[in-house]
Amino acid sequence: MNGRVVTITSGKGGVGKTTTTANLGLALASLGQNVVCIDTDIGLRNLDVVMGLENRIVYDLVDAIEGRCRLTQAMIRDRRYANLHLIPAAQTRDKTAIAPSDMVRLCNELRPEVDWIIIDSPAGIERGFRNALAPADEVLVVTNPEVSSVRDADRIIGLVEADEKAPAKLIINRINPGMVKRGDMLSASDVVDLLAIPLIGIVPEDESVLVSTNHGQPVVLNEKSKAGLAFFNIARRLMGEDVPWIELDEKASLLMRLGKLFSGGS
Amino acid sequence: MASFLDRLFGKSTSSAESAKERLHLVLVHDRTDLSPEDLKSLKDRLIQVISEYVEINAADTEIQIQVEGREQTLIANIPLQSPRLRRR
Repeated sequence: MNGRVVTITSGKGGVGKTTTTANLGLALASLGQNVVCIDTDIGLRNLDVVMGLENRIVYDLVDAIEGRCRLTQAMIRDRRYANLHLIPAAQTRDKTAIAPSDMVRLCNELRPEVDWIIIDSPAGIERGFRNALAPADEVLVVTNPEVSSVRDADRIIGLVEADEKAPAKLIINRINPGMVKRGDMLSASDVVDLLAIPLIGIVPEDESVLVSTNHGQPVVLNEKSKAGLAFFNIARRLMGEDVPWIELDEKASLLMRLGKLFSGGS
Repeated sequence: MASFLDRLFGKSTSSAESAKERLHLVLVHDRTDLSPEDLKSLKDRLIQVISEYVEINAADTEIQIQVEGREQTLIANIPLQSPRLRRR
């Protein structure tokens, strides 16, 4: 195996990086892939609770890097999928406990063992972000359809460009189709126009994200959730599948289907 | 309701349009690290330098940053003074 390193980042905090990481990890694992998720938000550990694995932590990322344990000892196995692991962040240290070169070394050690390494980046553009960016083969930028997170996403995209990485791909999270329709929220195409990078996912605002996260069960496990389906589709796109975009607006989707029916399209 | 009336009378743009327009301007300046004031002073100096070589219509001179994807181009539109108005 030659694992691909995918870094999930955003600049602004609270836009859904950790939720995205947990869901992509689970979705890829459910597709039979070998996955390791790494929380690089040292000092503000969260991926463990979002994945529902907080009670299983013995060693963390900094322990593994500083050689207090073997890398495999810091990998917590998921309760649902044996082919999914989490390397949690250290809670009592800070971002400077590790360096970008440590992350490159750690990921190179993991690559032969797994298909995917999904890195949850901390907010900001400082050391923590640098640690998360350094080993990335691919960068996914999460944004919300709202002025401050779009502005921060643009900054991040510029920094990824400057680092000579492949162009970042965009995930627009928490879009509310009703508000978009009323002209009170930037649409996905507005955000794509502004940021001018390829889109890999549009995730609708969905109460079930919070509800399932409360239980430590990422929403992708809920087959009835539109957000869950959207995250699942991102995982399939990462695997190279050409997945059609889900229509978020029910009325529009009905009209579109009718229109296609009459025009004889598929 | 207010926004509906506003739109009915063509008073204002929707909040999404306003967000998009504002973001567009902010991103141009973030990416280039050029503030609107910088752009204004660049324009003044440009007019000054070019005027040393050729007579230009300073009032109609425009300078702007054109955005194409993530590429940005500085566009200066500097009309020359028409011959009949030339001082010399």
